[in-house]
Amino acid sequence: MIRFENVSKVYARGARPALDQVSVDVERGEFVFLVGASGSGKSTFLSLVLREQRPTRGRVYVAGRDVANLSGWRVPTLRRQLGVVFQDFRLLQNKTVHENVAFALQVIGKPRHVIRDTVPEVLDMVGLAGKGKRMPTELSGGEQQRAAIARAIVNRPQILLADEPTGNLDPTTSLGIMRLLDRINRTGTTVIMATHDDEIVNEMRRRVVELSDGVVVRDEARGGYGEREAILPDVGASPVLDAPGSGTRAPVQTVRGS
Amino acid sequence: MRFQFVLGEVVSGLRRNTTMVVAVVLVTFVSLTFVGAAALLQAQIGKLKDDWYDLVEVSVFLCPEGSVSPTCATGEATDDQIDAVRQVIDTELSSQVSKVYFESKQQAFEAFSERYPDGYQGTQLTADDMQASLRLKLTDAEQFAVVSDVLSGRDGVEIVEDQRAVFEPLFRTLNVATLLAAGLAGVMLLAAVLLITTTIRLSAVSRRKETEIMRLVGASNLFIQLPFLLEGALAAVLGSLLAGGGLWLAVRFMVSDWLERSVDWVAYVSEVDVFRVAPLLVVMAVALAALSSFFMLNRYTRI
Ligand SMILES: Nc1ncnc2c1ncn2[C@@H]1O[C@H](COP(=O)(O)OP(=O)(O)OP(=O)(O)O)[C@@H](O)[C@H]1O
Ligand SMILES: [Mg+2]
Repeated sequence: MIRFENVSKVYARGARPALDQVSVDVERGEFVFLVGASGSGKSTFLSLVLREQRPTRGRVYVAGRDVANLSGWRVPTLRRQLGVVFQDFRLLQNKTVHENVAFALQVIGKPRHVIRDTVPEVLDMVGLAGKGKRMPTELSGGEQQRAAIARAIVNRPQILLADEPTGNLDPTTSLGIMRLLDRINRTGTTVIMATHDDEIVNEMRRRVVELSDGVVVRDEARGGYGEREAILPDVGASPVLDAPGSGTRAPVQTVRGS
Repeated sequence: MRFQFVLGEVVSGLRRNTTMVVAVVLVTFVSLTFVGAAALLQAQIGKLKDDWYDLVEVSVFLCPEGSVSPTCATGEATDDQIDAVRQVIDTELSSQVSKVYFESKQQAFEAFSERYPDGYQGTQLTADDMQASLRLKLTDAEQFAVVSDVLSGRDGVEIVEDQRAVFEPLFRTLNVATLLAAGLAGVMLLAAVLLITTTIRLSAVSRRKETEIMRLVGASNLFIQLPFLLEGALAAVLGSLLAGGGLWLAVRFMVSDWLERSVDWVAYVSEVDVFRVAPLLVVMAVALAALSSFFMLNRYTRI
């Protein structure tokens, strides 16, 4: 479904590559966590899939298409097969929840009756039944993210990209969002989620791809979040050993509420 | 659906940027009024030049019936007299005159009827009211004095007229006015382009979030840019319609109602000419908006 072949991305000439020789293969229907420290290249990975950025070297295939060499006018077709959600929801504040979701269909020219039928269905699915008339400001953070997810999946994309979707939410609300993403994944949608949320990753036990300074340092089928530097040195066993790319796995140690 | 949606976006965009939109309308209005004025001045020059103007420099008017000129004592110029004059032109003036046309009364009447299809000042004229003439093209337009000296006073010749001397000063004035109008139009058009550009940029910035979502969910480039395009085009076209209306009022009340009554021997531009110019103004407005949009959109709403 998504294949990275020796992909490197250098933003500014001479800068350290944001991604360095990354090769990853994601099958149809997989659920993949993208983890790694801040600045390790997770968002860059997602933006290459979206063709918001082009790789400096290597090839990116999405749904069989060579995305890097896709001509500009074909990009919309690619993006109609992708759904995206972000940490900051990105809802339009002057539109109701229903209008926000409908907007995604309107702007790709879907007929009115399709919109009328699909939008309530999707709102229902994400657990916002009856809240379509609310403005985004009248929703909790979790509900806003549900609305954003509804907008991302309303066109039934094959792939859902999520960039820290639980980053702004408390653990309980996050859990609800994860259940929703899991449910979407079970309908056959491939999900790639960049996250810092170790608790979620450890709980879900899905495939984990860990980036460190743009390099894939771990790709585990049913992985955990991995190690994280301890806040208090005397609590941790040997934080120094956790240097990225060292390859040795230190005892898993999680720090909550990071 | 698409149409309605785009229309809704355009309306909301216009409402959000009302002041800028009004500014665009006014600037295009003023600039295109100058463009239209320049075009009408040129049309006026065209009306003043008759069919002969570009072909000849000198008109030798032959005696009509009942002329009081001493050379016309024998009445209307006869064929013999005309032949004699032509003889002189072919021999004595052969180096000054490069071409000779003869315009009979009938031909003069046809040309006249074409210029004044509804008759002249209510009188219905016939071919007999016209005057036959010899029209000369000179090898050198400065040689008029020589030609006039030789031909004036001959039997059958009523008057020798230097066409350029009659019209040239008037044309020069009208041409200067045209240049002035065109110059002002140029400056104002530049202002219009800058203003439309700014308006589109403001509109794009104020709609950045919408545009971002549209890009992410796979809206086509055209769909994203269309509302901005239409917004600029709509404002510009409104300005051009105002300009057309302004010119129509000017021609209707200043030329048709006032000038034509005070100086009535001249053929003036009419409302018909305004209707001929107006579509050009609308086309220019659209081109203007398209040009500005082209600059802006590629910078602010690229996929
Ligand atoms: N548009 C950009 N222009 C230049 N450099 C960029 C750009 N986007 C990201 N970078 C750089 O690329 C590297 C990777 O950034 P990226 O956003 O992919 O990291 P991330 O893993 O998503 O981090 P975080 O967890 O904080 O979101 C960083 O060094 C960053 O400074
Ligand atoms: Mg990021």
